[in-house]
Amino acid sequence: MSTETVAGAAELRAFLHGLPGVDQVGVEERAARLAARSIKTSAKAQAIDAAIAMVDLTTLEGADTPGKVRALCAKALRPDPDDPAVPRPAAVCVYSDLVGVAVEALKGSGVKVASVATSFPSGRAPLAAKLADTRAAVEAGADEIDMVIDRGAFLAGDYAKVFDEIAAVKEACGDAHLKVILETGELATYDNVRRASWLAMRAGADFIKTSTGKVSPAATLPVTLVMLEAVRDFHAATGRRVGVKPAGGIRTTKDAIRYLVLVNETAGLDWLTPEWFRIGASSLLNDLLMQRRKLADGVYQGPDYFTVD
Amino acid sequence: MSTKAERGRLAVRKTYKLFIGGAFPRSESGRTYPVNDAKGRFLANVSQASRKDARDAVSAARKAFGGWSGRTPYNRGQILYRVAEMLEGRHAQFVDELRAAGLGRNAASDEVDAAVDRWVWYAGWADKLAAVAGSANPVAGPFFNVSTPEPTGVVAVVAPDSPLLGLVSVIAPVIVSGNTCVVVASEPAPLPAVTLAEVLATSDLPGGVVNILTGRRAELAPWLASHRDVNALDLAGIPADEAGPLEEAAAGNLKRVLRPAAVDWTADPGIGRMTAFQETKTVWHPVGV
Repeated sequence: MSTETVAGAAELRAFLHGLPGVDQVGVEERAARLAARSIKTSAKAQAIDAAIAMVDLTTLEGADTPGKVRALCAKALRPDPDDPAVPRPAAVCVYSDLVGVAVEALKGSGVKVASVATSFPSGRAPLAAKLADTRAAVEAGADEIDMVIDRGAFLAGDYAKVFDEIAAVKEACGDAHLKVILETGELATYDNVRRASWLAMRAGADFIKTSTGKVSPAATLPVTLVMLEAVRDFHAATGRRVGVKPAGGIRTTKDAIRYLVLVNETAGLDWLTPEWFRIGASSLLNDLLMQRRKLADGVYQGPDYFTVD
Repeated sequence: MSTKAERGRLAVRKTYKLFIGGAFPRSESGRTYPVNDAKGRFLANVSQASRKDARDAVSAARKAFGGWSGRTPYNRGQILYRVAEMLEGRHAQFVDELRAAGLGRNAASDEVDAAVDRWVWYAGWADKLAAVAGSANPVAGPFFNVSTPEPTGVVAVVAPDSPLLGLVSVIAPVIVSGNTCVVVASEPAPLPAVTLAEVLATSDLPGGVVNILTGRRAELAPWLASHRDVNALDLAGIPADEAGPLEEAAAGNLKRVLRPAAVDWTADPGIGRMTAFQETKTVWHPVGV
């Protein structure tokens, strides 16, 4: 399908508005129910290691320096200096101008380099600038690109514009994986989250991601549930698997495990790998490490004994 | 038409809960244990805190530490004096609770007076401790050399069985210098501790500076002693012969430990309980130029 034509744009619009509405009370209730599930002892140990391996260790500050990115990469290479058995996080996520630093630091480690692009976090720039941003990151060696959609266009109903931008960025990515940030905190309704998810997947997204982390609310369980349902249904309809990445506001091991339960119960076990599920976070990793050591030593841990990000 | 007294009133019973981060939650475990008066008659069911409540309390205390230790000593003194005012206002309630714990009318009243006075005494130390415990050190070089006491951090306190005076005498010296604390109340007589929590909650003391747990000491103390985000341990309520394993656990992250000792809570306390939970910061500053 192409949105170059009026007919294509109309088909897209009709499709998105033809998606069944989300039962708000139902989805929130189900997310809360699943969040109450108790994961203990050996299951918890497995969940912690799985979660560590799914973390996209992120630093997206205006004050980021090459030194800070190198420090973060060192943390990704050896999350707990006292314990080489701790798995490495999936990726390090930085701004596009610092991709080179991260690539250099992570060379040969298997830890991917992800870069935000397309005028992150607002997405307010001409398409040419967004594409140049993307190409620069890919040329610098980024394995994954996290783009933001044009929420203004989406909310104004100009779905074709959003679709075309995603498709163009996907093309600019080349071999790099494309994660599409929906910024659900600005989409207002679950119906919009469902529509944006389908829109991004149809336009070629490899991953759909909840948030930039710069807007509150960021990732929430119900929103992630809606997105997981979307990738599950998209896979059933087309056979193509798309990943999900909640990001922002996930700080504790308990939160992370709730997301893992949600994935398992919604999309299924197939998604429960770093290839198809990621957690965008920075402070979460230390809490996971503290909980991991608590399970090993039987003693509550304190942040004084773990590296500062 | 019947009067109100004839109809009888439904009793408004109090639920005795924990005090964590300025709020009054039930135990995460949902457990309670019965508390009896001195004659063995049932008084109330009290929350029986679990290790997770202890962990939550430590988190709350850690969160409150920056703000509380950053206040000026003068301001801390004002807030502690405010606590004393509120204590005074609950005088009768504390007397009733101490009488239930076995004290006579006059003895109970005297103990409440002593507890309020003790609190005021410690409040006065807030802006004097640095002058007494600190020093200007003569050194062999052109430097001003100054040592000042600083709060050590989060202090876990196992309160003694003196249900009010003893409790006040272990909490006040810890927080007056800027520490925050997690207190395990007296196991047989925890009711005054819960009432003290209500006093603290209504007297400008920031939430989390004092957290009070009721429950089994033997269950809670080891978790607090080994917790690596706790900086010091006061074992006032632990029998001397049971302190060894707790001291060992506390050594895991080199906590300061105040060992149990026979204390007459009515005697002049001295400044020992305050200085026990202090670090000393020494600053060298060049003279002249």
